[in-house]
Formats: sequence, C-alpha cells, structure tokens
Amino acid sequence: MQALNNFIAHYNYVITIFLMITGLYIMVARSNMVKKLIGLSIFQTSVYLLYLEPGKILGGTPPIIDKAFTVYSNPLPHVLILTAIVVGVATLALGLALVVRINEAYGSIEEDEIFKKDREQ
Amino acid sequence: MNAVLPHLPALQVVVPLIGAILAAFLRRGNFAFTLTLAVSAILPFISGALLWQVLTGGPISYAMGGWAPPIGIEYRVDLLSAFVLMLISVVGVVIIPFAHRSVASEIDASKQAWFYCMYLLCLTGLLGITITGDAFNAFVFLEVSSLATYVLIAMGRDRRALLAAFQYLIIGTIGATLYVIGVGFLYLLTGSLNMVDVAQRLAAVEPDQMRTVITALAFITVGVSLKLALFPLHVWLPNAYAYAPSWVTVFLAATATKVAIYLLVRYLFSIFGVAVNLQALPVGEIIIALSLAAMFIASFVAVFETNLKRMLAYSSVAQIGYITLGIGLANQAGLTGGLVHIVNHAFMKAALFLALGAIVYRIGSARLGDLAGIGRKMPLTMAAFAVAGLGLIGTPGTSGFISKWFLAIGALDRGWWILVPAIMASSMIAFVYVGRVLEMAYLREPSAETARASDPPLSMLLPMLVLAAATVYFGFDTEWTAGIAGKASQALVQGLAR
Repeated sequence: MQALNNFIAHYNYVITIFLMITGLYIMVARSNMVKKLIGLSIFQTSVYLLYLEPGKILGGTPPIIDKAFTVYSNPLPHVLILTAIVVGVATLALGLALVVRINEAYGSIEEDEIFKKDREQ
Repeated sequence: MNAVLPHLPALQVVVPLIGAILAAFLRRGNFAFTLTLAVSAILPFISGALLWQVLTGGPISYAMGGWAPPIGIEYRVDLLSAFVLMLISVVGVVIIPFAHRSVASEIDASKQAWFYCMYLLCLTGLLGITITGDAFNAFVFLEVSSLATYVLIAMGRDRRALLAAFQYLIIGTIGATLYVIGVGFLYLLTGSLNMVDVAQRLAAVEPDQMRTVITALAFITVGVSLKLALFPLHVWLPNAYAYAPSWVTVFLAATATKVAIYLLVRYLFSIFGVAVNLQALPVGEIIIALSLAAMFIASFVAVFETNLKRMLAYSSVAQIGYITLGIGLANQAGLTGGLVHIVNHAFMKAALFLALGAIVYRIGSARLGDLAGIGRKMPLTMAAFAVAGLGLIGTPGTSGFISKWFLAIGALDRGWWILVPAIMASSMIAFVYVGRVLEMAYLREPSAETARASDPPLSMLLPMLVLAAATVYFGFDTEWTAGIAGKASQALVQGLAR
C-alpha cells in the first residue's frame, strides 16, 4: 500500500523516467538513424521534465513580485530548460543534416546496411 | 591596460567567440585563417596572465555581466583551470601554422571559412568549460564545443567521416544529457548551480539524502566519462579521429578529451570530494579498474591496427587510462601524475598526429604498408614521430617518463605496488606499436610512392618539431608541468573530505 501511494504521489517522475528509458532504448535498439534521433529527442525532453516538475510549488503563483502573494514558483528551471531546448534543437538539426549527407553518400540511413557497404568496400 | 586586466577571464572566452562570428562573415579561407592565427596568438597571453595572477594572488573570481555569484554566473580560475587553459591556448597557437596547407588540401575552398568558424567555436567551448564556475554553464559550453566538433569531424574527405560524426553525435549527446541529469539532481538537492556553492551546501546534506548525492555522482561521472572516452565508453573515438581532417584530429587529441578530464577532476575533487567521503564509495577503485583495462586492451588493439590514425586513436584511449589511473589513485603523487600526463600526452600526441598529417599531405595515405622507407624521405617528420613515440612509451629522458614516475609513486603510496609492473607492462605494448611504425619507416626500402615524398614546408614542420622538442624538454625541466600540476593536486587532495 505504501509503495502504491508513493507511486501515485510521484506519478510525474514515473512518466519522466519512462520517457528517459524509452528514448535511451530507441537509440540503442534502432538501426534507422532518423529513429535514433527521435529517441534522442525523447531522451532530452524527459530531462526537461525532470527539471521543470520540481520548479512548480503547490499554491505558488508566477514569480511576479506583488504584495498580495508570498509563495512563488521557482522560475530558474524554466530559464535553464529554455537554454537546454535551444541546445537540443541545434543538436537535432545537426543530426538530421548529417543523416541527409549520409543518405547522399551511402544511399541508405539504416546503420547495419551502411556498415555492410563499408565492409564490402 | 588596467581597464582590461580585471576582464581577462571573460576575454579568454569572448575573443575566440567573436573570432568565430567574424570568420563566418569573412567567407574567404585565407582571411579566415589569418583571423584564426591572430586569435590563437592572443589567447596564450590571456591565459598566461591568468596563470600568473593565480600563482601570485590565488584563485580569481569573475562575476559575468556584473551579477554576483552564486546567483550570477561565475568564472572561476584556480590553479587547475589556469593550467588547462594554458595547455589549450599553447597547443592552439603551436599547431595553427600547420592548418593552412593541411586544411587547404583537405577542405573545399568554399568551406574553409566555415571550417575556421567551427574551429574557433570549438575552442570557445573548450575554454569556457575550463573557466566557468557554474555547473549549467559548463553544460552549455560542453554542447557548444561538441556541436562544433561534430561538424569538424564530418568535414573529413572519406564518407565514413559522416558516419563517425553521427555516431559521436549520438553518444556525445547521451553523455552531455547524463551530465545535465546529474546537475539537475544537485540543483534539486542544493538549490544552487555555482560549483563552490554546491560543494558547500552538499557538505550540509542530511544522511538520508545521500542517495541523491550518489545518483548525481553516478550520472555526472558516466556522462563526463563518455566525453573523455574512458574505457569502455571510448567506441566513438577511433573512427572520429581516423576520418576527421588531419588537423582536426591533432586538435581534438590534444585538447577535447583533456577538457573532459578536467571536468571529471573538478567534480570528483572540488565538488563531491569536498562534501562527501569518496573513500567510502568504490569510485576510485572502479576508475582504476577501467583505467587498467584501457591501458592493456586499447594498447593491444593498437598493435594490430594498420590504419595509423586508428592506431594512434587507440593509443589515446590507453593514454587516457594513465590519466584516469592518477585520478583514481586520488593521492598527491598519483593525481600529479595524472594532471602532468594531461599536458605531456597532449604535446606528444599532437606531435604524432601532426607527423601523420604531414605524411597524409605528402603521400595521401596513413596505412602502415604505404610507409615503407619514409624515414629516409621525410627525415625530420619521422624524427618528430620517433621522439614523440618514445615519449608515448615513457622512455627516460622524455616527458612520458615523468608522468609514469609520478603514477608509480602514487600507486606505491596507496600500497598497490602491483600497479607499477602493470604500468611498465603496458608501456612495453606501446613499445611494440610504436616500434612497428619505426621499423617500417626506417628499415624498409622506399617504395615508388614514398620515394617521391619529402619533408613538408616549414609551416607544417615547425609545429611538430616544437612539440617533439617539448616532449624532450619536459622530460628534464618539470617546473612548468609537474611543478604546477603538483601544486594544483596538492590543493585538490587537501580539500578532500576524510
């Protein structure tokens, strides 16, 4: 019962960790490079959640100073994750550009086919 | 001058950053090279001044944008970071003359300006990681340098360079993301991102929160280890080094992994080590075991490698093993050995890759079989290769011996004498793979291909001769390498919680 309560109370973290593992698994298990990048994106997004969730404070208002409120949500995680999102977008764009170039050079984006072509060479 | 001096920490990063933007606008390869040369020439003066300030006046704290730490981003220069900054700047200025012809022969004229733009961005990122005192800022700089590195690797002529860049992108991003997860846990626990502040607050955590600290430690160690290519997380490195443009390989081998090692030392010794008694956890033992595996398995793979760039890449994995061995020992002499080997290995491996780059420039191949008799046709190049190769083996009279000497003392201090014969045995394997190249270069008759080769122009020859000379020089005069590394490690080891 205690375990179940813990589970329900922290359901958002369970989702976060599920996404994290899903992303990692896709990157390891898939040979298609675009799918690998999708996995990478899911993995990175789960980290955004990991940062953002604890920033919300129950009963807290947006962090705008006002005499009527004393409890504010933490704005710093949002700022950090805004930066991380920019980094993530840049990584994804560069990854996709590389996949385009690989497709031009090899005629395939399946990693095992490409390895086979390189071995035959 | 007095207006500039207090802002040196910012300039260290801002100068190459502005250089990168200007290089992109210049569009012409020659102009961009001249600009890169100018930027590279300024950087050692900045880091030299910083090192001097730290040596005379203690650590420097610089509030970026005037926002006081720990709220604002702090640039913090202590002896360790000044030491690594100096290494990056010096390597940058020594190897840059080689770039002009090497890059011109390997990169399309239309892309050369972009190449230098990416190089300067990579430099910005590496210097930034080293100088920043903010955990999240380090992540941003890590990604700046990594993204630039992926592009630089993908610019290699072989199509396998694209594949190597993609694989490095996937693994590198996993590493950086694991790092940022670890930083996230630290932030949740302490509410701070400033490294000094985090260390102080960690010392005050409740015992029941130790699980989070250990989780953060695990995530950061694994993430950074992916970046520094600690065995068995090194799989991206051989292909990336082998297919990147020759000059990029030189730069990456000398600096990129070294900066990741710096980050590992910073976390293990200045943050976790200060707050938590790491002796109670098997962190050092795990790192030592993996280091030994790297020293033997990677060296052994290098013996059977016929592509010399890949051979030197595996040798790099093995040499990183020596550095992490010193980190794992975590005592004064061991850590000194690790830190001094950061510099010594950077110099000798840069000289080796430069010599190989010159050979590729002349005969267009880095395969062992194509090098028959090249020692007679390119005598100075191969002399630099031979001297740096002796350094790799750790022959007395070269800087490699100094590193291994300190590591051996560190192992004995720890009471693990068994590591001393292990260090010597792995040096013997290095002797085999370096010896194979020297045998092929000096004792075989030149083939038709190599008979036409000759030493490269002075601009390419000078960097490798300087670095090879440094390998010998720092084998005798250790004041600037082991001296500073010793002081830095003394400060780090004294700070450790008991």
